[in-house]
Amino acid sequence: MKDSTDNLIETRALSVTFGEGASANRVVNEVSFHIVRGEAYGLIGESGCGKSTILQALVGLNTAYDGAILYDGQEVPHRREKSFFRKVQMVFQDPYASLHPRKIVHQVLLEPLRIHGFDQHEERISAVLDAVGLGRDFRYRYPHELSGGQRQRVAIARALIIEPETLLLDEPTSALDVSVQAEILNLLKKLRRERKLTYLMVTHDLAVVTHICGRVGMMNQGEIIEELSADEIRDLRAVKDYTRVFLAASIGSRASRSISQEVLPL
Amino acid sequence: MDRPLIAIEDLRIRFPGAHRSNDAVRGISFTIGREKVGIVGESGSGKSLTGRAILKLTPNSARITARRMEFDGIDLLSASERQMRSIRGNRISMILQDPKFSLNPLMRVGNQIIEAYRLHHRVDVGEAKRRALAMLEAVHIREPERVFRQFPHEVSGGMGQRIMIAMMLIPEPDLIIADEPTSALDVTVRRQVLSILDELLTRRGTGLMFISHDLNLVADFCDRVLVMYAGRIMEDIPARDLHKAQHPYTRALLDSLPRLDHPVDELKIPSRDPAWLLEDTADEGAVA
Repeated sequence: MKDSTDNLIETRALSVTFGEGASANRVVNEVSFHIVRGEAYGLIGESGCGKSTILQALVGLNTAYDGAILYDGQEVPHRREKSFFRKVQMVFQDPYASLHPRKIVHQVLLEPLRIHGFDQHEERISAVLDAVGLGRDFRYRYPHELSGGQRQRVAIARALIIEPETLLLDEPTSALDVSVQAEILNLLKKLRRERKLTYLMVTHDLAVVTHICGRVGMMNQGEIIEELSADEIRDLRAVKDYTRVFLAASIGSRASRSISQEVLPL
Repeated sequence: MDRPLIAIEDLRIRFPGAHRSNDAVRGISFTIGREKVGIVGESGSGKSLTGRAILKLTPNSARITARRMEFDGIDLLSASERQMRSIRGNRISMILQDPKFSLNPLMRVGNQIIEAYRLHHRVDVGEAKRRALAMLEAVHIREPERVFRQFPHEVSGGMGQRIMIAMMLIPEPDLIIADEPTSALDVTVRRQVLSILDELLTRRGTGLMFISHDLNLVADFCDRVLVMYAGRIMEDIPARDLHKAQHPYTRALLDSLPRLDHPVDELKIPSRDPAWLLEDTADEGAVA
């Protein structure tokens, strides 16, 4: 498992700084972690801890980072090439903002196919719409004709249509209702099983991250302070104090009261 | 508990349209005393609209009808705008979701709190300032003097929401309507803000109507929970019994949540029974 040749994504001392001189703010501070091929890895933390910034640096939306990002054993250039996006795709947090309001679903899905030079457009669009659980008739709809859950399915379909190896998920369900969240989480699980995808998921919801991911990095102030397996989170076996507080707060006050007596001898 | 603060019978809110009217709230009845009542539901279930209807802050196009809609014996349906102004803020106040949008960005925090107090109490500025500082201290802000002089953009989200709570509580209202007060906050801050709110409510015996989509949070924090679906109340249940809720919709909502202590391979997706919508009018928007 620790064999470095198996690492699909790896960062070495990744740092991101916004601003210059006196007002410089180091948001991500020398973060090193790795994701094995086929793994689902989660990053959790409070807002402002740098988890989304890591994702932006990984996907190439922010090219001004220090340190190295390796994909499949090779360091990727700061300005990504097209071949990188062929393998790595991203699903954004807010499906209301990430779809073009004046493009029908068909156009949304056609664009990545054209960019990456795929053939058989109609067949691929039908297939991917089936895969995300939307009917083929949905291709003629505009985003405003879709519900939040349906929009997020379109966003996932757009990422999947070019058959990537890796999906980067930035809080994919935080803008959705719990019932719709369950649908999307089930879909993500099913797709990963069927297509042997690698996931990197960023979220602040502990229950969601343990549902999808096997291994989780706890972030605080721009650093990954601790890595835990999903089982360790369920059993609340955290080492660092901050992680314990975070776990206790996430589980709820009633539960945390009993936990704080057991685990947190304050 | 004597007379309930809020007594509502058969409340309906309708948005008339040219082709088809949209019934957002369809005949709900409930009472709120000096207790913490949670209202949960998915988006479009009419929970926020219900909260706003009590303060008569619904959009102009909304038609509100009810057999009875009373606050502490005052008939809200026939209340004039003048009467409503003496109720809003003074007797019923509202905490909104995001402090970034509900604080005035051009006014220092302290002055906003003073304004809220002096609108409803005839006191001089010095006295109001003293009370505002005391209130900031009551919401556990460590350096009230410093925060008093700050602008909203200089404070964090959790601090902003505490300022909102201070502002809403300083006129000493009888009822607070909190519409997703902690959704914009981090989990670690969320608990702090809620425990402060809880402490202040208990001290003064203020009633609370807590609108949220987070079942667990509501079960933890409130005394009683109303579960809404498509403009109707599905279940009215004591919060501590929420985990043994009977109604299939409440059960489905609970089952659809991923849980830490109970890992499952696949989450249950709520199925919706058309019988829950049993009403004379068809409704579409709320189901999507």
